[in-house]
Amino acid sequence: MIPNRSSGPTGSTTGSAAMFCGHCGVPSDGGDSPASDVHHRCGERLAMEPPRYCAACRRRMKVQVTPLGWTAECSRHGVLAP
Amino acid sequence: MTMQPDLEANPGTILETARTQVLEQGIGLSESQLVEILRLPDRDLPAALQIAHEVRLRHCGEDVEVEGIISIKTGGCPEDCHFCSQSGLFDSPVRGVWLDIPELVKAAKETAATGATEFCIVAAVRGPDIKLMNQIKFAIDRINEAVDINIACSLGMLTQRQVDQLAAWGVHRYNHNLETARSYFPEVVTTHSYEERLDTCNMVKAAGMELCCGALIGMGESLEQRAELAAQLAALEPHEVPLNFLNPRPGTPLENQGIMDGKDALRAIAAFRLAMPRTVLRYAGGRELTLGDLGTRQGLRGGINAIIVGNYLTTLGRPADADLNLLVELNMPIKELQKTL
Ligand code: SF4
Ligand SMILES: [Zn+2]
Ligand SMILES: [Zn+2]
Repeated sequence: MIPNRSSGPTGSTTGSAAMFCGHCGVPSDGGDSPASDVHHRCGERLAMEPPRYCAACRRRMKVQVTPLGWTAECSRHGVLAP
Repeated sequence: MTMQPDLEANPGTILETARTQVLEQGIGLSESQLVEILRLPDRDLPAALQIAHEVRLRHCGEDVEVEGIISIKTGGCPEDCHFCSQSGLFDSPVRGVWLDIPELVKAAKETAATGATEFCIVAAVRGPDIKLMNQIKFAIDRINEAVDINIACSLGMLTQRQVDQLAAWGVHRYNHNLETARSYFPEVVTTHSYEERLDTCNMVKAAGMELCCGALIGMGESLEQRAELAAQLAALEPHEVPLNFLNPRPGTPLENQGIMDGKDALRAIAAFRLAMPRTVLRYAGGRELTLGDLGTRQGLRGGINAIIVGNYLTTLGRPADADLNLLVELNMPIKELQKTL
């Protein structure tokens, strides 16, 4: 499940390259999703948990999980949802 | 996982004892008997699961109880449970956040629409303060106005007054886990004691609420300690036991613990059912990682009779449809709502 940036003050960042891994917060190696060996397991993990770090700025996000969904909010880049 | 099924229990073996003592007489296995179950070789695992399944069918019925859980207050907990990403004492990426009541009511409605009969509101706290208690009261009233579902709570350690308040507000079940065996507890938690946990559990039962008291296995405890935990839970006679498998969380002291072996997890499921023939035994966190799809099925045909639908508090579960379809496939009806109040 690749989250989409659904709203927020800078919703125009939709589709921009991920700078940081949403799972561990370490810089990604370019592209839309972390693909290096370092982040291989992070990618698997992101199928089983919401991202904790904003891919654009590495801020820790406010994450709310509900039985049938989740949201993750960066104070600068807005809200992610599945 | 290839196992030669040998479903016949030989006379004099622990499986034969389980059949006569637990299945026929309804008496749970003792701690030392549970160690034998946990030590069974792989070839006996299918037979152990089969007996546990028969025990569940005979003493609980074929229904599966479905529950949704939600966090009203996430993160920033002052306690140091070494497995928990919500402790404020560890360098965990989980940030503190409060859920507002309209979102909570929306989630309760969505949960009920899956067929779930239980909705558990959880807060990451040592125990509730007045602000949280007021929020809970307000939330219960709004949910009851909007949707027909039993409301459970999990708010940490309670005072007698708080127990009485929650019972009076119609909280039908209260969750407070023992987590691990008494002998292993100090390795996992240092900010409160096992006895404090037991005190809350006993107050909850005395007030007439159903007690939901769970286990988290795979934290490095020995098989003997796993049996000890099952026996200690059995002695408490909880209405429900949620069975969690450690999902090692980044930043916590147990982050490098590793995921427990799937067959050991299945042996534990059989053992917990054989310790507590009449208890609701619920799949809780970590089963996706530990058991996968195949193991999940085996557990549902090996003693489990309840699931958490959808997501957990900070991690995601299997899609709700996948689990609900699995229950249909296994011919296991979802338990219907019986308002106990
Ligand atoms: S009391 Fe609950 S929320 Fe707090 S650290 Fe322990 S398990 Fe986590
Ligand atoms: Zn990563
Ligand atoms: Zn950001």
